[in-house]
Amino acid sequence: MRVMAQMAMVMNLDKCIGCHTCSVTCKQAWTNRSGVEYVWFNNVETRPGQGYPRRYEDQEQWKGGWTLNRRGRLALKGGGRLKKLFSIFSNPKLPAIADYYEPWTYDYETLTNAPLQEHTPVARPKSLLTGENTKITWSANWDDNLGGSPDHGDKDVLLKSIADKVKFEFEQTFMFYLPRICEHCLNPSCAASCPSGAIYKRAEDGIVLVDQDRCRGWRMCVSGCPYKKVYFNHRTGKAEKCTFCFPRIEVGIPTVCSETCVGRLRYIGLMLYDADRVLEAASVPADQDLYEAQRKVFLDPADPAVVAAAEKAGIPRDWIEAAQRSPVYALINKFKVALPLHPEYRTMPMVWYIPPLSPVVDIVRDTGYDAEDRGNLFAAIEALRIPIDYLAQLFTAGDAGPVDATLRRLAAMRSYMRDINLGRDPDEAIPAAVGMTGEQIYDMYRLLALAKYDERYVIPPAHAEQAHSLEELATECSLDYEGGPGMGGSGPFGESSGGSVPIAVENFHMLVERQTSDTIVDPGDKELRVNLLNWDGKGKPEGLFPPRKDES
Amino acid sequence: MTGTLFFVVLPYVCLAIFVLGHVWRYRYDKFGWTTRSSQLYERRLLRIGSPLFHFGILLVAAGHIGGLLIPESWTEAIGVSETAYHAVAVSLGTVAGFCTLAGAAILIYRRRTVGPVFSATTRNDKVMYVLLIGTILLGLGTTILGNLTGHPHDYRLTVSPWFRSIFYFQPDPDLIQAAPIGFRLHATAAFILFAFWPFSRLVHVFSAPLGYLTRPYIVYRSRDPRLGNRPAKRGWERVQ
Ligand code: SF4
Ligand code: SF4
Repeated sequence: MRVMAQMAMVMNLDKCIGCHTCSVTCKQAWTNRSGVEYVWFNNVETRPGQGYPRRYEDQEQWKGGWTLNRRGRLALKGGGRLKKLFSIFSNPKLPAIADYYEPWTYDYETLTNAPLQEHTPVARPKSLLTGENTKITWSANWDDNLGGSPDHGDKDVLLKSIADKVKFEFEQTFMFYLPRICEHCLNPSCAASCPSGAIYKRAEDGIVLVDQDRCRGWRMCVSGCPYKKVYFNHRTGKAEKCTFCFPRIEVGIPTVCSETCVGRLRYIGLMLYDADRVLEAASVPADQDLYEAQRKVFLDPADPAVVAAAEKAGIPRDWIEAAQRSPVYALINKFKVALPLHPEYRTMPMVWYIPPLSPVVDIVRDTGYDAEDRGNLFAAIEALRIPIDYLAQLFTAGDAGPVDATLRRLAAMRSYMRDINLGRDPDEAIPAAVGMTGEQIYDMYRLLALAKYDERYVIPPAHAEQAHSLEELATECSLDYEGGPGMGGSGPFGESSGGSVPIAVENFHMLVERQTSDTIVDPGDKELRVNLLNWDGKGKPEGLFPPRKDES
Repeated sequence: MTGTLFFVVLPYVCLAIFVLGHVWRYRYDKFGWTTRSSQLYERRLLRIGSPLFHFGILLVAAGHIGGLLIPESWTEAIGVSETAYHAVAVSLGTVAGFCTLAGAAILIYRRRTVGPVFSATTRNDKVMYVLLIGTILLGLGTTILGNLTGHPHDYRLTVSPWFRSIFYFQPDPDLIQAAPIGFRLHATAAFILFAFWPFSRLVHVFSAPLGYLTRPYIVYRSRDPRLGNRPAKRGWERVQ
């Protein structure tokens, strides 16, 4: 047994209202720069839908993740090392910008300097790649709330394998939101695909990061990740991905997406796992067994043998205690209501999901029945094969069993808690029907419905006697860094060159420079752009308004 | 005099810039050390052009290493006559040269006509293209002209010994002065390209990821003992 610790997340899809707050705050924190305009480390997709980038789940096309080779051994689906090196000059499986979307801005200037005319001037969309006029045809959430689904909803990859097609007529469809970040996999195929070895998994907390100094822009990780959660920064020529907000996690605060989640549906905690059994679990022959196999890799942090092994492996005491209190462990292994996203990719993802019961509840309610009644809910779960099969395609490689069991547990919690809330005697037959006790159901309810900040996020700080100089605690002058005050800006070889600048300083200069830009697409070796998102309404950023006559 | 300037001073200056430039760039600018791929913008043309160019130029480079570093006497000693060597070198070299050139032509056409690729082209890139393509054209042109006129010059008796003499630190410009003007121009252009190399995106040549063949798939790394991304202030270092 080789115990390792992993930061993991669970999202409760029932509570996601699809507000995109998580995506926007993440973008402001991490990808609000040129070169990554099209990048959303956190995106929220409406399901059924194509997702972002479009149809990323079609691994027959993109060849992401792992597969079993003829001898039953785990191999990269995109091909082995030699094949990768020979296709390095033109990666055959790289999504094009059109598979994401062409980033754009608007020509706001005409609004202020158009001559007096009969019609109101319009700000035309301009491509952020070419600066030319463009036609907006797609975005990261174009099919939000099933928009346009009668036309292209059937392009959802998962519907291919569901015999009876989901109907996209307004009254007959079911819908839910799926927020996605990088899975920080136990067996990351992005790292395995990187020719330079620049992507690594942190031994302490399992966060998967791209070393920006070692990345050479070979783009193999973008193809290798089946979730398409590594992105290519087309300005710096380097790969970027979700960082699990490691600077925040190191000081014990949750990721930006979790912190700002309106539905308070995200849970962050530690999982202890046996690193020696990961490969074996990722290589089980049947796709449907992967969910169980991965669950067995996790270790029970309350087990004294595990605690002893963890201590021997050098995991600090407070981390072990945090693992024991981990809400993620409780949801995955104690209550068994969280499921992994696409386990069949065999990367052992570590962001798990509580499948949504609400499509079922809504249908029961819409038909006029009591949607809190156990009998009605169970019968509906039984009857609603299409939504259940769809969820099974997402979370268990098509095996409806675990999804069914999970939804029943959630339904049982609903009806059991209703009795309590109405002051009736709780009906112990309800938990028994799903193999739980009343107390367990109540604990689960507490965690899902009431848990406060410090129960939802159990994050032991990194051993951070130095936390003082972490960026998030701006107790020092932000310009005091090696080579500072290096006034940001461009190194001698374009935007991408020079040493790395503290994120806060970089953002500051980015802001200043963008506001002084007067072109939409900057010459490749300067960083200039107007970005209204960055304008806080105070002052008058240069370049936003045309110069006054008497000034020029 | 010009001989010394162009074939002694220039090579040494350029080589020094080449070596020191790379060391400096690697230390100072690891973040800028990348291929700066533009595949995201456009892949149809790139799919043909890029492999054509890159495999072509790898062959050309291999040919140059063979032709410049291995003395003619050695190949003769193992029984390869100059005519045989020349025939092989010229045919292979021309094919590789044309692949390179065709690939480069596609890539440059792409750079100019595909909007996003064009706006991502820096001034540095443009200089690099001129130098690189100029050097390739001079080399290919010299070879073809020489063979068309029927009296191919045996550069392995002039250019190659001169090139090696640079590395023995006994430079002999008279050797290359005996070669036709095309060879001299090609060599000069090449050295200027070498001097520009470390400051251009060409540095990616030195990151050919051969280590990938042997390293384990998943890389684990310990968190930097230094938290955050700047060093601790004096007196605030981590307690051991
Ligand atoms: S989800 Fe994240 S860790 Fe997993 S393969 Fe993709 S980028 Fe790598
Ligand atoms: S912020 Fe929360 S509720 Fe809103 S879309 Fe993101 S995950 Fe869903």
